[in-house]
Parts: sequence; C-alpha cells; structure tokens
Amino acid sequence: MVEIPSGSIPSAEVEDVELYHPHSWWTKYVFSQDAKIIAVQYSITAISIGLVALVLSWLMRIQLAFPGALSFIDADHYYQFITMHGMIMVIYLLTALFLGGFGNYLIPLMVGARDMVFPYANMLSYWIYLLAVLILAAGFFAPGGPTGAGWTLYPPQSVLSGTPGGKDWGILLMLSSLIVFIIGFTMGGLNYVVTVLQGRARGMTLMRMPLTVWGIFTATVMALLAFPALFVACVMMLFDRVLGTSFFMPAIVEMGTQLQHGGGSPILFQHLFWFFGHPEVYIVALPAFGIVSDLISTHARKNIFGYRMMVWAIVIIGALSFVVWAHHMYVSGMNPAFGFFFATTTLIIAVPTAIKVYNWVLTLWRGDIHLTLPMLFALAFIVTFVNGGLTGLFLGNVVVDVPLSDTMFVVAHFHMVMGVAPILVIFGAIYHWYPKVTGRMLNEVLGQIHFWITFLGTYAIFFPMHYLGLLGVPRRYFEMGETAFVPPSAHTLNIFITVMALVVGAGQMVFLFNLVWSLFRGREAGGNPWRATTLEWQTPQTPPAHGNWGKDLPVVYRWAYDYSVPGAAEDFIPQNVPASDGITREVPA
Amino acid sequence: MAVVLILVLIVVGSVLFHVLSPWWWTPIASNWTYIDSTLVITFWITGIVFVAVVSFMAYCVFRFRHKPGNKAHYEPENRRLEVLLASGTAVGVAAMLAPGLIVWNQFITVPADAASVEVVSQQWLWSFRLPGADGKLGRAETRDVTPENPLGLDKNDASGLDDVIIEGGELHLPIGKPVHILLRSVDVLHDFYVPEFRAKMDMIPGMITYFWFTPTRTGTFEILCAELCGVGHPQMRGTVVVDSDADYQTWLGQQQTFTQLTASSGELPPTN
Repeated sequence: MVEIPSGSIPSAEVEDVELYHPHSWWTKYVFSQDAKIIAVQYSITAISIGLVALVLSWLMRIQLAFPGALSFIDADHYYQFITMHGMIMVIYLLTALFLGGFGNYLIPLMVGARDMVFPYANMLSYWIYLLAVLILAAGFFAPGGPTGAGWTLYPPQSVLSGTPGGKDWGILLMLSSLIVFIIGFTMGGLNYVVTVLQGRARGMTLMRMPLTVWGIFTATVMALLAFPALFVACVMMLFDRVLGTSFFMPAIVEMGTQLQHGGGSPILFQHLFWFFGHPEVYIVALPAFGIVSDLISTHARKNIFGYRMMVWAIVIIGALSFVVWAHHMYVSGMNPAFGFFFATTTLIIAVPTAIKVYNWVLTLWRGDIHLTLPMLFALAFIVTFVNGGLTGLFLGNVVVDVPLSDTMFVVAHFHMVMGVAPILVIFGAIYHWYPKVTGRMLNEVLGQIHFWITFLGTYAIFFPMHYLGLLGVPRRYFEMGETAFVPPSAHTLNIFITVMALVVGAGQMVFLFNLVWSLFRGREAGGNPWRATTLEWQTPQTPPAHGNWGKDLPVVYRWAYDYSVPGAAEDFIPQNVPASDGITREVPA
Repeated sequence: MAVVLILVLIVVGSVLFHVLSPWWWTPIASNWTYIDSTLVITFWITGIVFVAVVSFMAYCVFRFRHKPGNKAHYEPENRRLEVLLASGTAVGVAAMLAPGLIVWNQFITVPADAASVEVVSQQWLWSFRLPGADGKLGRAETRDVTPENPLGLDKNDASGLDDVIIEGGELHLPIGKPVHILLRSVDVLHDFYVPEFRAKMDMIPGMITYFWFTPTRTGTFEILCAELCGVGHPQMRGTVVVDSDADYQTWLGQQQTFTQLTASSGELPPTN
C-alpha cells in the first residue's frame, strides 16, 4: 500500500497558467477551446442527430407492425432507415456523447486539470465531428438517398446496385463521413488520454481516479486502437467503389453481368469491421460502467465496492475485447476452427463483466440508498445490462449462436446491452451532472415520468423480441410476408413492440422539454447538490469558469469514495480534504 | 417502494413470459438436438443469475433505502467475497462453454458418408446442384457463369457433366442420410437458413462454405436468406423437401443433368 504523508506534497499553487482566454462571444461560445463548452457542443450535436435516428426507428417499427401503412416506406427506404439508425446510434450518438460529451466535460474537472492539454486540437475535434455528421446527413438529400447496406456495410452488396445507395452517393457519403469522424475523434481522443496521463492534480494518483475517468480513459485508448481498422476498411471500400480496385471484391456476376472485379475477399472486410466493431461495444460500455459506478456510490452514500477490482475489470475487459471480434462472424464462413478460440475468449470476458455487476449490487448492500433520478436510472441500467449481458452468453457460445445468429434475438440482445443500457446511464448522468453544467436542477416530476416510460417501455420492447428470434424470425426483413413457421401471434407481438416504441420515443420529448425548461426555471443547485466527493463538485464557481479552479489547483488527499466514513461529521469527504491523521492511503485499507 | 415492487414484477414477469410464451423454436427436423440442449442449459444458468441479481437488488432497495438517521456501512473491499463470486461465475461459464465447444466440434466435422449437395445463391434466387451418378460435383467458377450456364460449371471437367442442376426449384433430400451442404454465391453475401434444421451458414462469392446435418423428419420447409443481400432480401425464399428414400429417388429421376440442360438450351457440351 502506498502511503503518502500529506505534508510532503508540494504546493499546487501556480502563478498563472497558459490558457487561451476567450475575448469575444464568438470565441467563448462557438469556436471555444474550453473543454466544457466543447462538451456541450458535442452533446447537443449528438443528441440532435440521435433524434433523427429515433424517428427512423419509429418508421421502421411502423413498417414492421403495419406493413404498407405509410406508403412512402418501400424496401429501399426501409433499408436506408435501418442503416442510418444503426450507424447514427452507435457512432454519432453513443461514441460521440460518451467520449466527446462526457469525456470533455468530466475528465479535466474530475482529475483536477484546468482544461484538456491540447485545447486547440480539442476544438478542431468537435468541428470535424460536426462536419462528419453533416456529411452523413447529406445522404438523405443526395441522389439515390443514403446507403441501405445495413450498418455493417458488408461488401459486395454495399457497393452494388441491388442495395440502395450502392451505385449512387449513399455509400460514398457514409464512408467519407466515417473517415472524417475518425480523424476528428483521434484529435479528441489523444487529448483525453494525455490529459488523464499528464494533467492530473497533485495527489490524484491513477488509483484514486473516479471510475468515470477510468471508464472513459480506457474506452478512449481502445478507440484510438480500434478505429484505424475501420478507417482502413472504409478507405479500401472507397477504392473498390470509385477506382474499381478489388480489395473486398471477388469475381462477381451481378444480375447476369460479369463485373471487372476479381481476387478480393469480402470476409477480410468483416474481420476489419469487427476488429473495430467489437471494441466499439466496450467503447460505449466502459464509460457507462464507470459513470454508473459513481452514480451508485454517490446516491447510495457508500464507497464503490471493490474499487481496485473494478479498475482492473475495466482494463481487462478493454484488453480482452480486442481478441473476441470474430464472435460476430461464427456463421460468416470464416475457418470454423476459429469458433473454438473466439467462443472461449468471449465467455472469459463474462467473468470480469460479472464482477462489475456484483460490485454494483454489493455497493447497494448496506448502503443508504437515495432513490434520486440518477439512482433510478442506475438501477434500471443494472436490470437492462444484466439481461442483455446474459443473452450475450447465448450468442457468444458458438454453437448456440448458429440458430440465433441473424435473427431478431440478436437485435434484441444488442439493443438491450449496448443500446438501452448505455442510454439509461447517459440519462442518469445527465440528471446527475446537469446541475454542475447549468447551475440548476432538472425537474423531478418530469424526470420521474421520463424514467418510468423509458425503463419499462424499453424492457417491454426488447425482452419479448428475443422470443421472435428464438422462433426463427430473421432480422433485416422489410416484411415477413407469408412464412409457414411464423404464427399470426408473432405479428400481434410485433404490433405491441411498435406501440411501445412509439410511446418510449414520445417519452423522450418530456426529457427534452425538461432540459430546456430547467435551464431557466430549474431549482438553483448550488455547488454540490448531491454531496459528492469528486473534484468536479468542489469547483469555486458553478457552472465552473474557464480554467475550472480559480487561482489554485486542487490538491487530492484521498480516493473518490469516502462516503459514510466512520467517525466523520458528514457522510462524504471530498477528495481535496486532507486526512485527519495526516496519512493518506491510495485505497483505504 | 414502487421501485421494489416493479423490480420484483420484472423478475416474475420475465420468468412467466418465458414459461408461457407461445413463441418458441420451431419443431426440430435435423440431428442438431444438441444445439437445442445447449440452448436450454444456457437458459437455465442465465435465468437463475438474472433472477438472483435483480431479486437481490430489489431486496437491497427495500432494506437499505434512505431513512432519516441511516448511515451506510463502510467497507472498501472484501477480498474473500470477490474471489468467491469470481470463481462461481467462472464455473457457470465453463458449464455453458464446455458442452458448446463439444457440439461445435461435431458441427464442423462432416461425417465421411455425407452426401454432397451444393447450394448456389444469387440476388434473389436459390439454385442447387447434386453430384449425379459419379457421386462427384464438377468444378465451377463464378467467371464461367453465363445465361446458359447459370451455376458456372467448368465444361471441361467430366465429373460435372452428370451433375443434377435445379435452378430456382425445390431441393429434395432423403431422410436419415447426412448431407454436406456446400455453399456458393455468385454475387453478394447470402445465408442458407432453414429454422427447422437449426444450422445456417453465410455464402460468400469467391469461397465455398459448408455445414452438415441429417434430416430427421419428412416435410416441406422454407429456406430463408439470413444475410442482408439487397432490397430483395426478404423475398429470397426457397423450398427444401425431406422425402422418404423412395420418394427421393422418384424426384431425382425427374431432374435434369448439366448435359441435358445445355443440350436443351441448344449448346452442345464439349466431347473430350
């Protein structure tokens, strides 16, 4: 155990810091280099494009439940909607919001830095991300519309004429947008990593960082390693489509015509895609794991159980997630012997993941549970994540995956585990940190309405959907038509799911209204409304000013989880309060 | 308290839904009952974990919800408990993985006596090829596909001349005999999927993929495409009929060989 006598910590006082202070409205709110403003810009952009994805999901669900009810939804449009919905949610909403939004806001504040280490690159990161979003959205207005290749963009169909946008602008815009996104993300991602490694306040050792920072940090490292695989795949596919190369294109007869391709490998694309795509699941999940740990600890007034185990679990999950990618490809036609290896690694990853779940519920055990909105969302996250994680054991176990692969079971599983679960954390996190960002609390009644609709609604959508997959209903079907093994009752279930989806979508309007209304009418929050220990709640101003800390940087004397310490006057001790006995330990013994 | 109640309802409701659900897998028509058994083992293990975790949460919220004067217990770590839980999880995971891998080994090991059947996919049609009297499928290449030779057979390969070609029609299989399904695509990815057989596999242009099974019950089954293949994906259907041996032989006798097919389309096969 590292024991640091507090007296030997040098003063953190610095004369002045080299920060670029904005001089006009324009540089303060638009081309801002303040990570907090950039975080808000990222969040607003991500939520805006996410709303487009929400509407697309409504349209898909209406088609599935009431085929032909909306005459403008033909097969082309349906496939364009599922593609754009998937890609927006995974990349442009979840990745951007967790890393660009929460990462930017929370990393500097939680580690006690004045800002990100490269503020200018950080600003560029946002504007390049915005450009990527605009290129993506341009697909809706381009001739032929956006690509309808499915979010996995598997060639050869993604660049052929049987797929919407395959021979038009759609696929070109999608690939270009992803390439631009990755460039922008890399600038932001390097910032988050270097800030965590180099920008921490005195006393903030790595093993004292809040799990939120550990989650975002690990996810960012993973993203920096995983996105290049997608980048390469996108560039190669662009070459195949524009220059006529054959990276992914074997000899093909398309609708009776021999194409001028040959020698390429469609399955190579799948390996590259999932080498990115599987870590991507954890790029979204790890920040959620970290954030939810802090929400549970703060609102249960209890230290997170097994902090060091939680840190190692995050790191181990991050590392293992790079050797499981081909579990998305059990029935892809790859060498079947791979199945042994990838099934084993995939099920091994269940162990550190389960440890995280145990530690969350053990944090509740003997806690002092305040059922605040962030806590409610955290509880809902655990239910949803446990459900979605457990169905992952079906799909990860190679032979069980065979009948379930490409069915609605998969759709239900990944929506549960990487759609709904992380989004519940995002909501919890917004209810938790909104007071710090704006100085006002979100409305409690509106929040309760939003919570119950979202939690119960999404469970009602995705839990029964597994059983459609078990029955054998394939995913990505524009219409099921007459199929002997699908009973009429399955269609009734489809209608139920669609109605729930419409309700849940409408429920989000309550949340949006709350965000705007509370900005002006919300109760004044004060600096630390949740009586939390982490540094972002100890800033001299709320919302924090540029530079975060005023004249003096904080000095950290303890871990992030000193809640309900025996003998302490309050049920929380902030990280920057010195220990009474003058001895500070990394993690209390 | 509403929270506790709803957490309990979620547990009870999920279990009841599972038990009462009319949506369950189709009656199996192949030898892969082991896949179903592994799936049932997985349901039991994961179901128990789900019920245990959510019930425990409900209990915690009930017992430890905030009341004035409450104070949380302070216990940063409990190494014994953590090791115990991790080991228990590892055992559960192994209990699912071990049978899974054993069955996977069977799944990818084709019996020596399995009869080869080729399935060829294109947007949005299924075709089939049987080896003919010599028991061997002739070579075929996407490059050789023409309107007269839709499956791209190599006309210089004698073993292909007697191959039985079924373009867009029904595939028949004899009951009780293992079949080695060889999968080939001439354009994009497809996936040969018959829910009742449990097995499925993608088809990739430029590669031959495979799986095997033994039909165990006669009947007519629908073939679906399970890998997005463009706008016609949901309409890409086919039919496979599992026959008694006698019915199968009758059906086989009515099919055309590659030689007959090319002759009827006016083009003579080479005479080497």
